[in-house]
Amino acid sequence: MSRADLMGLLLAFLARLITGAQGHWKGCPPKAEQRIYFANHQSHFDWVLIWAALPRELRARTRPIAARDYWTATPFRTWLTTAVFNAVYVARTRTDDQEDPLQPLAQALEGGDSLVIFPEGTRSNRGAPQAFKSGLYHLAEQFPGVQLIPAWIDNVQRVMPKGEVVPVPILCTVTFGTPIHLQHGEDKRVFLERARAAVLAARPGRA
Amino acid sequence: MNNLRTLSVDSQVALLFVVLFGLLVLLSLVVLVRSLRASEQLLDEASQDRQHRLLRDLRAMWLGSTVFWLAWVSGPVGATLAFGVFSFLALREFITLVKTLRGDHRSLLLAFFAALPMQYLLVGTRAFDLFTVFVPVYVFLAIPVASALAGDPERFLERNAKIQWGIMVCVYGLSHAPALLLLQLPGYADRGAFLLFFLVMATAAAQLAQELASRQLRRRPLARQIDRSFSWRVWLIGLVAAAAVGAALFWITPVNPWRAAVMAAVAGGCGTLGELVMRALKKDAGVRFWGNRSSVTGAVGLLDRVAPLCFAAPVFFHFVRWYLV
Repeated sequence: MSRADLMGLLLAFLARLITGAQGHWKGCPPKAEQRIYFANHQSHFDWVLIWAALPRELRARTRPIAARDYWTATPFRTWLTTAVFNAVYVARTRTDDQEDPLQPLAQALEGGDSLVIFPEGTRSNRGAPQAFKSGLYHLAEQFPGVQLIPAWIDNVQRVMPKGEVVPVPILCTVTFGTPIHLQHGEDKRVFLERARAAVLAARPGRA
Repeated sequence: MNNLRTLSVDSQVALLFVVLFGLLVLLSLVVLVRSLRASEQLLDEASQDRQHRLLRDLRAMWLGSTVFWLAWVSGPVGATLAFGVFSFLALREFITLVKTLRGDHRSLLLAFFAALPMQYLLVGTRAFDLFTVFVPVYVFLAIPVASALAGDPERFLERNAKIQWGIMVCVYGLSHAPALLLLQLPGYADRGAFLLFFLVMATAAAQLAQELASRQLRRRPLARQIDRSFSWRVWLIGLVAAAAVGAALFWITPVNPWRAAVMAAVAGGCGTLGELVMRALKKDAGVRFWGNRSSVTGAVGLLDRVAPLCFAAPVFFHFVRWYLV
């Protein structure tokens, strides 16, 4: 077992210790199929939480998206994102040479990997997620065979509110909802709104 | 019985665990045989549900007994660590249930990463005088200070009460279990495991008797909104059952049967009342189920299981230490 594997196990253990990181598979079973998980984004913890909630067999082939400028700035960050999480790097600022920003994601999907994306693009502190960016639509269009799975991450904003560095132990859940598909000829805006509704629908019911 | 008394303390305790695990193995075998027989017929939903719950309870009993045993064999350090982890998990569940606000962050950090380890450190080092006052005196002063420094006056008293209650139940209450294990009474050295066993048996007997009695007796519930099955008569039946178990187990305690019965009744009564309080608390938090039948928060249901012990242990500890010995 390599150092990266150990680090992965340690992080998953910590995530479980602090948040429980329970995965609730409400709309689909955890299966080794190629998938795009898309979820609400409230904290820096979200990726680790989804990753820890996945069964261990699925973790190796499920990859996060990382901003290249930040996550390759130091050797440790590079090691963490490359060796441990096998992240897909994207450029945050569009370079002038007309390169498609979704190109690295498409490459990963062509390679048969699953992805976790946060289509809001940024963290939101409100209850409901903001409007989704169009990346999800383009990926769904290019890869009709890949399942799109909405996920709701609950409670995580209480673990580490903005501006704090130490997390408080509070139980969180990740609820995986029913897969959605891009309808034939569906409008971009309609689809993104539907995807957002699917994420909201995965939210655990409350009285 | 006289043969038993001549054994060394260690072998007496070892015998206790042999008996405990023997009973568990027996119980598991019975459940296994019954499930094999039942699987031949088609089960309706209700009995399947019952079977499921039985298995979960059995698993919890195994887990509890194993932790108890590990805590014993590994001495003060292991006992403190094992119960410390339980405390941590219970407090985590408690804080998840009571909605805290952003301004509570620092107070919660204090509760989880300062108050909890410190309390268990005090148990582990057997500093019992400080141990009994550390939470009510020092922590209960420090938490509101941390909250006030966070600068959010919104529902200040309510938020602090929630955190302090969580600490009281999950940390202070539960830490008395290892304290019993480590308590050195004159003429009763190194037999703390018996005391803890006695406490667990008494609370379990009270709970079980109360549960069974409430199924048979349909009384008017005392607090319908909180628990439909709780009435004074049912509670008294639990108390009597605990006293009976306590009297039957008097030989593992340093006292005579009468006093053992009183001790057990106190523990059992506190435990079942504690359970009632926890139900009220869960209802307040908007959780309508009990025993983790459907998990909304992802809470593992540990709190439900340790709640009676959390309430009974401090009272029992105090009772043992000051009044009866």
